[in-house]
Amino acid sequence: MIPLWMYLLVAAALFCMGAYAVLARRNAVAILMGVELMLNAVNINLVGFWRYQQPLNMAGQAFAAFVFVIAAAEAAVGLAIIISVYRQRKSVIPDEADTLKG
Amino acid sequence: MPELECAFPQVVNNLAPCLAQGGMNADLANFISILLGVVLIAALPLATLLILLVVERKVAARVQDRIGPNRVGPYGLLQSIPDALKMMTKEDITPAGADVFIYNLAPIIAFASVVLLWAVIPFTPLHIGADLSIGALYLIAVASIGTVKIMVAGWSSNNKYALLGAFRTIAQLLSYEVPLVLALLIPVMIAGTMSMQGLVEAQRGMWFFFMAPVAAIMFFIANQAETGRAPFDLLEAESEIIAGYNIEYSGFKWGMFMAGEFMHAFTASVIFAVIFLGGWIGPGTDQLPILGFVYLGAKTVVVYIFGLVLRSTVPRVRIDQLMSFNWKFLVPLAIINVLVTALLLQVVNWLGIAPQGDAASDLIANLPQTVVLLLGNLGVMGTVSTLVRNMGRQQRLADEAVEADTEVEELAHAAAH
Amino acid sequence: MLELNVQTLAFFVFALFVLGGGLGVITTRNLVHGTLYLILSLFGVAGFFVLLSAPFLAVVQVLVYIGAIAILIVFAVMLTRSMTSLHEVVNRQWVLSTIVAVLLFVMLTVTIILPVWGQDGSLAGQPVSEVVATTTDLGKALVDGNQYVLPFEVASLLLTAAMIGAIVIARDDE
Repeated sequence: MIPLWMYLLVAAALFCMGAYAVLARRNAVAILMGVELMLNAVNINLVGFWRYQQPLNMAGQAFAAFVFVIAAAEAAVGLAIIISVYRQRKSVIPDEADTLKG
Repeated sequence: MPELECAFPQVVNNLAPCLAQGGMNADLANFISILLGVVLIAALPLATLLILLVVERKVAARVQDRIGPNRVGPYGLLQSIPDALKMMTKEDITPAGADVFIYNLAPIIAFASVVLLWAVIPFTPLHIGADLSIGALYLIAVASIGTVKIMVAGWSSNNKYALLGAFRTIAQLLSYEVPLVLALLIPVMIAGTMSMQGLVEAQRGMWFFFMAPVAAIMFFIANQAETGRAPFDLLEAESEIIAGYNIEYSGFKWGMFMAGEFMHAFTASVIFAVIFLGGWIGPGTDQLPILGFVYLGAKTVVVYIFGLVLRSTVPRVRIDQLMSFNWKFLVPLAIINVLVTALLLQVVNWLGIAPQGDAASDLIANLPQTVVLLLGNLGVMGTVSTLVRNMGRQQRLADEAVEADTEVEELAHAAAH
Repeated sequence: MLELNVQTLAFFVFALFVLGGGLGVITTRNLVHGTLYLILSLFGVAGFFVLLSAPFLAVVQVLVYIGAIAILIVFAVMLTRSMTSLHEVVNRQWVLSTIVAVLLFVMLTVTIILPVWGQDGSLAGQPVSEVVATTTDLGKALVDGNQYVLPFEVASLLLTAAMIGAIVIARDDE
């Protein structure tokens, strides 16, 4: 089989891409996509470790399933906030939502 | 008796040993046998498509008191072939401002998402693309890829009607996925497995249609909406959004959309037959598994023709009616149905009348469980229909009261003058 | 080293999907394209799950991410009209972000490779056993009182709360 480190490497690369998107993209939707990428990288790791280290203990798969739940909840609420902010300020750039700035 | 490996039933059941016997490398024989299976499974929907088009037009014509196609071939049975040729020779248009790569990708997704469904359909006890342990879930996942094609097609066409149509369609598909999944959950709960072959095997004694009629009807309705068939054919409401998301497509690409749609409708009938009507189960399938094809085909045709007749007899619903029917009626009913079925299955277990072991394939042993489940379903149906009728009557009375009021007012108004 | 078989080939194809899609998401100017890249990437992850003998998660990945989340994102992109109208793709701190991301990747790579680096330069990392828990086991673990039934219920509560919250937030109150 493919050695575990290859999966981990791909997951690491995906996580860094996601982190870059979260830190550097201007559009809120793109930031959200970055978060999804990071969550997926985490999931690859969880399932990878489950398969290679503890294939009979369900912790890895169960946690991956919970990550799905978190991702779905996060996407729903996050996009709702984005749409709501867009209605108020006609902008999807988080930098421009700065009413509270002193 | 090694010679017999290549005799008729065996060669149909499993090709690989027969090839290997002819002196072929065992791996290669396996590979060829799998490849042949894949090609067959992918080609089967395409072959049925040519027949489906004629059947569809013939049935619609009969319902509408017409004759239908009757020029090409006997009874117009070959009509699909000139149609297909005509479609392929039409000009292939790419609209200005279209997102070309995505625009060309959409028809492929449309087609692939339907062909992929056939991978888990059990045709006979032996013939199935892949008997996944999560087959039922796979069906839903692949069907949900279908929304991607609509979004992609609607957006990349650079046409506001296409985009509007895509929005409406996606809203419809996403909404009706909920009752679809919840209806599919009932057979899975009764059978205790998500494998398609397991679901069919569990119906040896009694078809799920009789154990879970509410789920079956709901599954049929939701499928009708998922495949965009009347009365839910809002995706191509010609009179409102002129064909919706695929308005800009022409020629072969449009043909792929249309073929995908027809095949999806047929595939949905196959899935209904597999999950609720016992799939390949019928007398003699244990001796001659290939008979399963015939049984499955016959059951599918019944479901499909029923859908066709429905399609050509009912009018199209409005988008708001479509949505409120789903969210205010189907989804609550589906949830109640899941709860009731779970409860009844526990009761059946508690009473100890669930068929055990070998008895599971016996009709008599299945009867008590079926009766309990059927009664529960009828109870749900009766309660819901009473509720709906009462609500409808109140609404009607309220409407009439308002009308009467306005009439009185008008009369008073007229008298005052 | 690696023998060339279907699994290896599939791994590299899916890795290409995952990383190519990810790169597309972070570089593309057009957010609808970005979503399609995201779908590609998530599809690759589903492929990984199949290779890792977790078919249930693979199917749920397709169902939840591609069927629901990606579609949601497209809706958001279209509703906020942010397809291509951006003047700049990145914000002011993008240089810093790049450095952080690359540094993080280098650090992760080192920590991943070092523990499995053998004396003779070979890389270990084979599964401890070929026996794998099935979907049935996962289902039982999720509702087992001694295992994950509490997180499971909390997760369903979270989903309900998120659903209600999303409706309330996005509601257009006149």
